[in-house]
Amino acid sequence: MSSASSKGASVVIIGGGVTGLSAGWHLARSGCDVLVVDKGIVGWEASGRNGGGASHYHSPLFAEEQRLWPQMDELLGYPTEYRRERVIVALTEAQLAHYRYMAAMFNELGYAAEHLDAQQAIAMAPLVSDACLGGIHLKFGGQANPQRTVQAYAWALQDHGGRIAQHAAVTGFETMGGRVTGVKTTRGDFGCDVAVVAAGPQSGRLLDHLGVHLPLAAARAEMIVTEPAPLMAIGGVDGNGLYGRQTLRGNLAYGGGPHEWIEVGDGGPGVRPTTPLMRNLARRVAELLPKAAHLRVIRSWAGVIETTPDGRPVIERLTAPDNVVVATMSGVGFGLSPASGRAISDLVLEGRCTFTDIDKLGIGRFADLSTDWRAERGWTSVSAPA
Amino acid sequence: MAGAPMADPHALNGKLPRPDRTVEVLVIGAGPAGIAAAIEAAKRGAQVLLVDENPVSASLMGLDTPLYFGGRMTPAVQRQARMIEQLLAASPDLEIAMELGVEVALGTYAWGAFVNGPGLGTLPEPVVGLADEDRAWMVGFGKLILATGARDIALSFAGWDLPGVMGANGLASLLDRYDAFSGSRIVVLGSGDLGLETARRALDRGLEVAAIIEVRDAVQGNPAAAADLRARGVEILTGQVIHRAHGGLDGVGRVDVGPVAGPVRSIECDTVCLAVGLVPAIELLNVLGGALSLDSGRGGHAPVTHDGVTTSLPDIYVAGDCSGLAGSGPEGAARATAQGVAAARTALGQATMPLAAAPASDSLGYQLDWMRALIAVSSDTVIVCQCEEVSRGDLLGVQPPRYLDRPARMAARDIHSLNADGPVNQDQIKRLTRACMGACQARRCREQVALILALATQSPVDAIPLAGFRAPVRPLPLKVLADWNEAAAMGEGWDVWFGIPSQWVPYQDIGSDREAMHIAVLGGDMHL
Repeated sequence: MSSASSKGASVVIIGGGVTGLSAGWHLARSGCDVLVVDKGIVGWEASGRNGGGASHYHSPLFAEEQRLWPQMDELLGYPTEYRRERVIVALTEAQLAHYRYMAAMFNELGYAAEHLDAQQAIAMAPLVSDACLGGIHLKFGGQANPQRTVQAYAWALQDHGGRIAQHAAVTGFETMGGRVTGVKTTRGDFGCDVAVVAAGPQSGRLLDHLGVHLPLAAARAEMIVTEPAPLMAIGGVDGNGLYGRQTLRGNLAYGGGPHEWIEVGDGGPGVRPTTPLMRNLARRVAELLPKAAHLRVIRSWAGVIETTPDGRPVIERLTAPDNVVVATMSGVGFGLSPASGRAISDLVLEGRCTFTDIDKLGIGRFADLSTDWRAERGWTSVSAPA
Repeated sequence: MAGAPMADPHALNGKLPRPDRTVEVLVIGAGPAGIAAAIEAAKRGAQVLLVDENPVSASLMGLDTPLYFGGRMTPAVQRQARMIEQLLAASPDLEIAMELGVEVALGTYAWGAFVNGPGLGTLPEPVVGLADEDRAWMVGFGKLILATGARDIALSFAGWDLPGVMGANGLASLLDRYDAFSGSRIVVLGSGDLGLETARRALDRGLEVAAIIEVRDAVQGNPAAAADLRARGVEILTGQVIHRAHGGLDGVGRVDVGPVAGPVRSIECDTVCLAVGLVPAIELLNVLGGALSLDSGRGGHAPVTHDGVTTSLPDIYVAGDCSGLAGSGPEGAARATAQGVAAARTALGQATMPLAAAPASDSLGYQLDWMRALIAVSSDTVIVCQCEEVSRGDLLGVQPPRYLDRPARMAARDIHSLNADGPVNQDQIKRLTRACMGACQARRCREQVALILALATQSPVDAIPLAGFRAPVRPLPLKVLADWNEAAAMGEGWDVWFGIPSQWVPYQDIGSDREAMHIAVLGGDMHL
């Protein structure tokens, strides 16, 4: 437990998810004294349970993400299993029209996407249905292994002198003169010059301590994985209502479909049950990849994801207290993490993001939000707190 | 805001279907406990469905699921009709149950069980997921009695991945349930009651028992049973351990045994039966979120229960080995039967007699002694996880699989550096090394990985959290698990992600006319 000494740090990051860890790594690389605290184990929640996609064209962080991902194994010093490019395959005319609209949009944004006919799609992803109508080929983006990547960030930040305190749940803040001076945890209090709140679903409750209102709702989403299949040329194959990836081992990991809104307490989601929804996922994977329909499903799992009312991230350095940076990626955090961490690091060190405009991602946009915003959207839980 | 609350069309609410049918009492597992529970419930007038996965398909047996069969099945296991006949002949009480009106479903896997609880509130009713070789379906239940028995504990040594290395329950199943064991000369590892019972069973079936190997200095099981085996010519070698199994394509041909420090001698055999321990088969209760505790006296992770049958979950009960090992031999079977009766009576609100506890043993201490010795006599290149080919060295080095590069910095990382950041968690190790990630769903390595991690970090075994089970708890093909008769509600509002249209608008278009255009055309469904 060498990292557990309650010695403070210049920057204390609350949340050892992929966003907080990436921020910690960027800061440590810059020579900053950084400590990441987490209620449990690094990457234990949605950061380690997602589909591994890294193709989020819509984000202002995407260009930087694209620049960094191909270098990440080398920069971190540990493998992430990053693989480039994706294909999206259509089984219906409606899907095809939808994907082609997207391809046009990608090209307008400067990210190359090409139309595929059925034969081309099958050549790239041989497990795809012979009945497919074609699709689109994203010549950008890609996928990586979330579990390996979170650990790579954690180890790399330690290699740069950063520290991680696991099993340290945050209970509040020490403040003085309108600034945060320390973070209180179940493993001691850690003094800091700057605090970063990147605690996923718990971020809202943590910020309540500082009188800052960050509107978040949390939901559970499910995935399944099969035994290995022969490796396809492109491992990121989406379509038929699914997102997913073939791992380098060959397993097909897929998710999609309905989520369930849940309440998450201070301790985070204690349980993450899956449901018979796995049968609907299995069906769609079998339809998309019928040549893999004989493969056995060997696991299902669920992750708990937070989202803001508009589904867009909040990445902002607050004005009061002015030494707190808030970051929630609103359910789309893994792929963007190389860049989100850099943006947070910039906010900590420079007070502003140096490589792209993120001004539209402030909390202020929710100033007029109704207090009933969750009920108005039907984003409410019907279960006991997880 | 006035009026009825909005519904989120992309949420799960109202989409999970009701099962085709709901039974009053559903019993999983037709061993002594399950059959007794079904009979008792039927006698009380309940409508009962008794489900058992046997005969298990030959392909699952090849994956050592549900038991550690070690590839020692005869081709007879491929003929299902013959297997069912054999099964009925081996379980005369099944016929009694059927005469009492119990509906018996053989060859039916229970691959999941689902109830509303913390973090899950969208199930219309409690259900169990069932499947045969062709399709899956859901059955609702009023009361659920889990009588899923015990699994084999496998421990690694050089050559343990050869065909012919198997578990005591796997062997018992092939001998007694299926009459389909292809071996003839067995070395038994472990001299507890389980090992002695295994040797006796083999001898009774006309097989040879070449030796019983015991790592401790004395026989661990019933002395009279050991004396009886010796009288029948079985050698019991105490203070010894298996150093290596040798063999070829047909599997094990001989084994080297001896004290940890040597010397070793070779013993000819075609089968090595691991009879070091069994563990309660708690997969379904774990998936349900039922409370479990690590209890060495009951064989490992076992249900938390105040009366031996009642679980932490409403309407869900356990009986037999899955509730905590019932013990071996006729006494074990009698205890399992009594528990089955008690589970049914308790489920139906009837008074029961207190149950006699099974004799407690220090099962984890015994397993640790074996594991420690097996580690001492083998190199760290020995494979621990067969599915993913993870060696003990790579497990303890927390190294990535061989298909990934191992950059220089990985050399500085191992179980000790990881342990320095917080207590070892088997699920974390699993993610990094892939140990326990394979198609056998960690049936062959879950327990031994925990033992190895405990020994390496000098932690008590109970400091290593259970590597959780996930549905489907039987590996089922996509096309079998799939819901091919999906209700329309499931497809309506199906979205790749949360269905929040504003989420996917390109940043530069936020606040422009194009924002509305993208939202109108694409909705929330962005397939990325």
